[in-house]
Amino acid sequence: MELADIIIKFVLVVIIFAISLLIALYSTYAERKVAAFFQDRLGPNRAGPWGILQPFADGGKMFLKEEIIPASASKFLFIAGPSLSIFTACIGSAVIPWGQKLVIAGHTIDLQVTDINVGILYILGVVSLGVYGVMIGGWASNNKYSLLGAIRAASQNISYEISMGLAIIALLLVTGTLSLRQIAEQQHGFWAHGWFTWNFFKQPLGFLLFIVCAFAETNRTPFDLPECETELIGGYHTEYSSMKLGFYLFSEYINMFVSGAVMATLYFGGYNFPFMDMIHSPNLVAILGVVALFAKVFFFIFFFMWVRWTIPRFRYDQLMDLGWKALIPLAIANIVITGIVITFLNR
Amino acid sequence: MEALSNKRKVMEAKPLTFLERIYLPAIFQGLAITMRHFFRKPVTIQYPEQTREYSENFRGLHSLKRDENGKERCTACGLCALSCPAEAITMTAAERQKGEEHLYREEKYAAVYEINMLRCIFCGLCEEACPKEAIYLDGPHVTSDYLRKDFIYGKDKLVEAPLNQ
Ligand code: SF4
Ligand code: SF4
Repeated sequence: MELADIIIKFVLVVIIFAISLLIALYSTYAERKVAAFFQDRLGPNRAGPWGILQPFADGGKMFLKEEIIPASASKFLFIAGPSLSIFTACIGSAVIPWGQKLVIAGHTIDLQVTDINVGILYILGVVSLGVYGVMIGGWASNNKYSLLGAIRAASQNISYEISMGLAIIALLLVTGTLSLRQIAEQQHGFWAHGWFTWNFFKQPLGFLLFIVCAFAETNRTPFDLPECETELIGGYHTEYSSMKLGFYLFSEYINMFVSGAVMATLYFGGYNFPFMDMIHSPNLVAILGVVALFAKVFFFIFFFMWVRWTIPRFRYDQLMDLGWKALIPLAIANIVITGIVITFLNR
Repeated sequence: MEALSNKRKVMEAKPLTFLERIYLPAIFQGLAITMRHFFRKPVTIQYPEQTREYSENFRGLHSLKRDENGKERCTACGLCALSCPAEAITMTAAERQKGEEHLYREEKYAAVYEINMLRCIFCGLCEEACPKEAIYLDGPHVTSDYLRKDFIYGKDKLVEAPLNQ
């Protein structure tokens, strides 16, 4: 690796990190605005024009609040919880291909931090690490509500990871690769050989399973039982205050961003957009591709919010029923059907 | 038992049908409903800049009235304080001196007249009790404040502005 490549990678990492944080910051604002619009209200509109400075006011408040660590809490784990949570939220975006290769002054810039050939496995691994932040935080608080929240988070994530993995296996049967870059390349354009190229049209049921599991993995309504204010006060973050609470809330929004990007890449063509072959400048295509990917991601973030302000929370037994008795059988059926169809098509 | 109105609805706990059990139709219905609201005009009234119209018989902040010559009507009879269920009103009476005829209508007037707005329940009984038509609850609502003592409104806040202003 040349020095220039290392610098480019470094800059890319910094940019992606900054963008993730910025999007998470503004997701908090968007969430409040979207909620307001869904409820015929206006939402925050006092800090700056249309309230766009609101996230900074919130962030400043979070930083300045008193930091409280309960006397009976385990101090090390209490701090490790939110740190781990935000850490795992941030590293998920490393394998996502943000666009096609840019060529600037003879340098090929790969708009992806790293193209490991087991990209999907990496994502699954990061997702399952994410629950440790919640679990450790809830355990370290030494509070029964936090503990209940942590237990819920753990069992919920384990249950829904299974169907998520099974949904991805069906996708792998279609794509034949684990590399996210190759999966995105396979979905080039929008229409080819008389059929849609995007995986959503080949795996509609798989996508449905995946998005339900994504809601569960990011602890968003209707699966936000780990925090569940009505029963558990604040669930795993009951005892948290100041920026440590901020980290938990923040990592939820980063997770939303990353899972939006994963869903866009796996099922909605990633950075591909219809009629991209009609543009002949490769750099322009690459840049428009990045715009297209972000448009898809923003749609998914909006969808997460849309669902949150529509559907009430599941009861815990319903959550488990849905996970084990509905999603897993469906996911297995999806694999079988996909396998049969592929075998017939290949003959 | 006979139904009082025909609004009664017999509830049955039927087992969910398959469509209801997979939740999705209901979820999409819900999403459509919220999306309709997304484009609806917000009902918010942006308070300090816009205010809601009060109804005609709204009972708000008290005002101590003046008569047609600009004299204070209140004669410190204390009937309002007596009628007040919340015991919010206190007053100190004083005798009108020579040369003060243009200020007070009766020989006796309220030198101090205080209403504790934290106690007041805006029932309007003081208004009804007053024989001199001196107090009316025709103001806006009482705004928030930082200290309890600032909610005790004296004559400076209650008496109507003089006529010649
Ligand atoms: S409105 Fe009712 S509670 Fe308030 S001061 Fe008059 S009598 Fe008392
Ligand atoms: S406001 Fe009316 S009832 Fe109250 S003391 Fe004055 S004159 Fe009497």
